[in-house]
Amino acid sequence: MTFLDVLQQTDLSALRRSLDAIGPREVQAALASPAARLEDFLALISPAAADFLEPMARRAQAVTVQRFGRCIQMYAPLYVSNWCINGCLYCGFHGESGQTRTALSDEQVLAEGRYLHDVGFRHLLLVSGEAPRKYPLERLGRAIELLSPLFSSVSIEVQALTEPQYAQVARAGAEGVTMFQETYDRALYTRVHPRGPKSDYANRLEAPERAARAGFRRLSLGALLGLSDFRVEAIALALHADHLLRTHWRTQVSINVPRLRNAPAELGVPAPVSDRDLVQMLLALRIHLPDVGLVMSTREPPALRDRLIPLGITQMSAGSKTDPGGYRQQVHATEQFAVEDGRSVAEVAAAIRRAGYDPVWKDWDAQMRGGSACESR
Amino acid sequence: MSDSPAAIPDPLVIAGRSFRSRLVMGSGKFPSPALLRQAVDASEAAIVTVALRRVDLDNAQDDMLASLAGGDYLLLPNTSGARDADQAVRLARLARASGIEPWVKLEITPELRSLLPDPIETLRAAEVLVKDGFTVLPYIQPDPILAKRLEEVGCATVMPLGSAIGTNLGIRCREMLEMILANATVPVIIDAGLGAPSHVAEAMEMGAAAVMVNTAIATAADPVAMADAFRLGVLAGRAAYRAGASGHVGTPEASSPLTGFLTS
Repeated sequence: MTFLDVLQQTDLSALRRSLDAIGPREVQAALASPAARLEDFLALISPAAADFLEPMARRAQAVTVQRFGRCIQMYAPLYVSNWCINGCLYCGFHGESGQTRTALSDEQVLAEGRYLHDVGFRHLLLVSGEAPRKYPLERLGRAIELLSPLFSSVSIEVQALTEPQYAQVARAGAEGVTMFQETYDRALYTRVHPRGPKSDYANRLEAPERAARAGFRRLSLGALLGLSDFRVEAIALALHADHLLRTHWRTQVSINVPRLRNAPAELGVPAPVSDRDLVQMLLALRIHLPDVGLVMSTREPPALRDRLIPLGITQMSAGSKTDPGGYRQQVHATEQFAVEDGRSVAEVAAAIRRAGYDPVWKDWDAQMRGGSACESR
Repeated sequence: MSDSPAAIPDPLVIAGRSFRSRLVMGSGKFPSPALLRQAVDASEAAIVTVALRRVDLDNAQDDMLASLAGGDYLLLPNTSGARDADQAVRLARLARASGIEPWVKLEITPELRSLLPDPIETLRAAEVLVKDGFTVLPYIQPDPILAKRLEEVGCATVMPLGSAIGTNLGIRCREMLEMILANATVPVIIDAGLGAPSHVAEAMEMGAAAVMVNTAIATAADPVAMADAFRLGVLAGRAAYRAGASGHVGTPEASSPLTGFLTS
């Protein structure tokens, strides 16, 4: 059974309606419950639980410290190409005109990689738009091979691939896949992805499972908050993470909670998510899924990012550029989204330390990539 | 780190090497490298484990390695994060190639929720690493048969868990641990799940050669004070064991002798 089957058997709208019937008593019971039952998660993501953020935060903090320690794993995105044939209505790479498109050359990829290595990063996330002709998969594989010697861990955030394609990039040296469903609301998904291969909802939904079957051991999920009711997205994300953990038991799962910012005027932000909403979602996910990583990008402003550190965040980016070549200002290309936290890597690391946490640069090793060692001598 | 046996009262001896403390400390989850070092010093641990995936062996400025440099303890690399024998073997060989002594705490955890060790991969890697010349200290579930199999392939210790790692639940697998302790010919280090000084005292009273602690110290409100408390817990439990306080009840015996009639 794939996660598509799970979702088809789940009435997300009915679950959402059920949240309105939940009262303070159910929230308190969920906070006291040691088991990770779905009922408890529903109580914690309900409107009634918005009055319980402080006790939720205390539990989320305790759970996170026990499981992850006072550590924040640092990573940086590296945009290798902003060519894209999709038409996602919310994306900075979307649009037929006024875009400066580029795909980095080998030399440019290496220059960006060396810069990120020199400022301390050892975990890298390679990002590209979807453009099989302008940026074929072979070039992504080449970028991974070029960068692998510099980084302990290389993950990819690209279009949904087939299982053999995932195997191909895993062989090149990648070991993590970030794949945001953007929205689990199928009708809305179809509306905001009007054209291009990405308009295939099911193909994207099942991509993490294909990646896991191809040998990827780190999967990072996410919904673009602001498109649809965040409570529905939270339920779907919790179900998705739970499904992956059960069916691909060797896999580590993380969840991203990016908020839509500076959306194109024709879209706007259909379902705005406040800071309180975002915090409730993070806390509910953390309490329900104690072992899942929670990722905080530079989409959020410094003051909020710093306050979220002790609430359950386990991974952060810093000093990010979302335009290809942006670290070394090699080219002037369109950025995917405007970074809200523009602090330097050192400034973010200092803020993490001030919060009483240790910024961890290396938490993986290239030796843990594939291949046999036991029979080699 | 390794004085001659005569110089240390009641030393912990692993693979012929003597250690003055029976507390092994882990170095993960600390809020800063400085607090890690202070806690290690307060614990007086003679062995400190370091995750190879966390440190950059080629970088002399690595913050964790720098903070632990120059201490009076063995830095014991572990293979945590390895999901199979091949990964663990590669990590261990990499550490040795970088100049670290060929001692390794073997940890193979195929999934990252429970971090339970994989017995099949652990045995496979242990065989390879022992043949390779490593002193191997494997982290295992409290499986008495697996413990004997690992002894047979030449492991220097066995390190069974008291309860699931990071849970602070204490000794939850007492029956199996007692069987391992009753039958082991190598030092048994009870590892994982020990959440309070009373838990390590209990483990030492049972006859463990040593205990390993990380989460309970690293995530305490005051890690340095907690490290000192664990040091005292180990000392108390060991003293009680030596004083004869703990009777083993592990080996099953027939409830009435089958040959009892001969004496009547």
